[in-house]
Amino acid sequence: MSAKTLYDKIWDAHMVRCSEDGTALIYIDRHLVHEVTSPQAFGGLRLAGRVLWRQSANLAVPDHNVPTTHRDQGISDPVSRIQVETLDQNCEEFGIQEFSMLDPRQGIVHIVGPEQGATLPGMTVVCGDSHTSTHGAFGALAFGIGTSEVEHVLATQCLIQRKSKNMRVCVEGVLPMGVTAKDIALAIIGRMGTAGGTGYVIEFAGSVVESLSVEGRMSLCNMTIEAGARAGMVAVDQKTIDYVQGRPFSPTDDQWDQAVLAWADLHSDSGAVFDAEFVLNATDVEPQVTWGTSPEMVVPISGKVPDPDEETDSVKQSAMKKALDYMDLEPGTAVVDIKPDKVFIGSCTNGRIEDLREAAAVVGHSQVAANIKLAMVVPGSGLVKRQAEQEGLDKIFLGAGFEWRDPGCSMCLAMNADRLEPGERCASTSNRNFEGRQGQGGRTHLVSPAMAAAAAIAGHFVDVRNGDDDI
Amino acid sequence: MEKFEKLNGIVVPLDRSNVDTDAIIPKQFLKSVERTGFGPNLFDEWRYLDHGEPGQDNSDRPLNPEFILNHDRYHGAQILLARDNFGCGSSREHAPWALVDYGIKVIIAPSFADIFFNNCFKNGLLPIVMEQAVLDGLFQQTADTDGYRLLVDLEAQTISPPDGEPIAFEVDSFRKHCLLNGLDDISLTLEHVDDIRAYEQRRKQEAPWLF
Repeated sequence: MSAKTLYDKIWDAHMVRCSEDGTALIYIDRHLVHEVTSPQAFGGLRLAGRVLWRQSANLAVPDHNVPTTHRDQGISDPVSRIQVETLDQNCEEFGIQEFSMLDPRQGIVHIVGPEQGATLPGMTVVCGDSHTSTHGAFGALAFGIGTSEVEHVLATQCLIQRKSKNMRVCVEGVLPMGVTAKDIALAIIGRMGTAGGTGYVIEFAGSVVESLSVEGRMSLCNMTIEAGARAGMVAVDQKTIDYVQGRPFSPTDDQWDQAVLAWADLHSDSGAVFDAEFVLNATDVEPQVTWGTSPEMVVPISGKVPDPDEETDSVKQSAMKKALDYMDLEPGTAVVDIKPDKVFIGSCTNGRIEDLREAAAVVGHSQVAANIKLAMVVPGSGLVKRQAEQEGLDKIFLGAGFEWRDPGCSMCLAMNADRLEPGERCASTSNRNFEGRQGQGGRTHLVSPAMAAAAAIAGHFVDVRNGDDDI
Repeated sequence: MEKFEKLNGIVVPLDRSNVDTDAIIPKQFLKSVERTGFGPNLFDEWRYLDHGEPGQDNSDRPLNPEFILNHDRYHGAQILLARDNFGCGSSREHAPWALVDYGIKVIIAPSFADIFFNNCFKNGLLPIVMEQAVLDGLFQQTADTDGYRLLVDLEAQTISPPDGEPIAFEVDSFRKHCLLNGLDDISLTLEHVDDIRAYEQRRKQEAPWLF
């Protein structure tokens, strides 16, 4: 038998049937559901008189629309409220387990899944959300789907797919102090471009990826979609197994032993052939800050805002000019001279306990700078929030002048009340710096949690590795 | 799903790369629990000068005269020319719903984001990948000719300019078949119920912890 990649193995294990033209029917082990992309899918089932194929494969949680303050008073925006209530009703009608808004386990779907052990190695995991790639950190094949495909999974537990190509991204060297998985992700996207991964499933490998914690791997896989890839994944190792063990949805007893035995094969075979290879030496990577309106528009903290006149490709040059205009930045501006108005720490990229620890360690006993209008920490789930409070992290943030919120997607995409006002600039640990993403006219700079915390304290971007007189 | 066979339509050029789904349909409109009605809010932040909210009457909102869809010459356009990585970002199917609801039936670009590309086919919207040089020519001709139209023939897999040779394009054979016949994926998959059940039985033996 020829050597297989990790992706090949999971693909083959989930193939229900395959047509001669390569169109395959792939079985889906876990379907995560949230309120924004599911109502029309449930509506479609109802309209066609179809039944849910397999209740236990689904897990639902509202996250995009939920308020992060005064949750006991309900959702004040009536349109958001209807969407969340619609999820509650659909889950009840179809018998799907849901962590509703007031459940202590509620949170961002991509944080809740792994936290509950609902994401397991070797699974196929889908959700009507592009950041489903997060779950690939467990050696799972996980990708985002549209609402028609959500309906397809609800009705058949399968998806019609064509196989993507294999790419391996090796991150070699040693991760410098103060440089995180988020910086690695941004550095890769900066070099590869936001369409660099289109048509591929990426396996992250190399000494740095092996050294990352499972949560760091989740941040890295989360951002795979920003490189255009269908999915990102990391081979299973002891860290993966330790993380999964003992969680509510994880197997127990004999089944646990059987699973661990099977998971030992969840890596690419030596000699497996990748269609593309990309290597990044992490030793030279600095903390990263995006300057534009696409995640590929990124520079190191020691860098400057680039000059479009130095770009030879006319389409790129025009995009750079539009981005600079939108971001209200001049070419040549040092990144450390950019001053955010708001700071957002949270999201499915960086809302886990290690992210909050990393940010709190930078905050220490300092205070949020006077020019920062709002600095907020939004834990990724109720359980992350509880853990952080047990460790006293909430006290550190509150003491410094941060707001300590309830869990949800919040200002990553501003579907709830948390948003930037036109012209406001934000240091954000989220994943997208698109125009209007955090609020119409808002300007987003993507950074790691440590860099966001450092910017909150200094009042401008600063190299978290050097410290700063202002911190 | 509506069938797609041939289309002779007005072409509108959107000359920017990385057009993301937040730009195609901003997040406030994602709160709808319906599949329709997104057309008036397609490209909302570029198209209007004010801030749009769901449920608003869009007919008296101030239009941005600079935005390409608002130019009179592109009124009624059904074919969108775009640049690299069109539809990047979120998985929201509201993006193709908004394009279709507006009247767009074909998008021609050098590359598309993966999830958006898939979503198009589920909604009778044909995304065509076209090499940069050919596309540059189409952008130029659209700019030069008022009311520029193209004939898109899915069966023949060609795009024909008014006075030029047909240009061939590639399309996945299964997706082509579904579009040409307006087939619903779920019905097709449910023809294989026995295969799915057999797979589940086998997997329950091999990997019982997944059930």
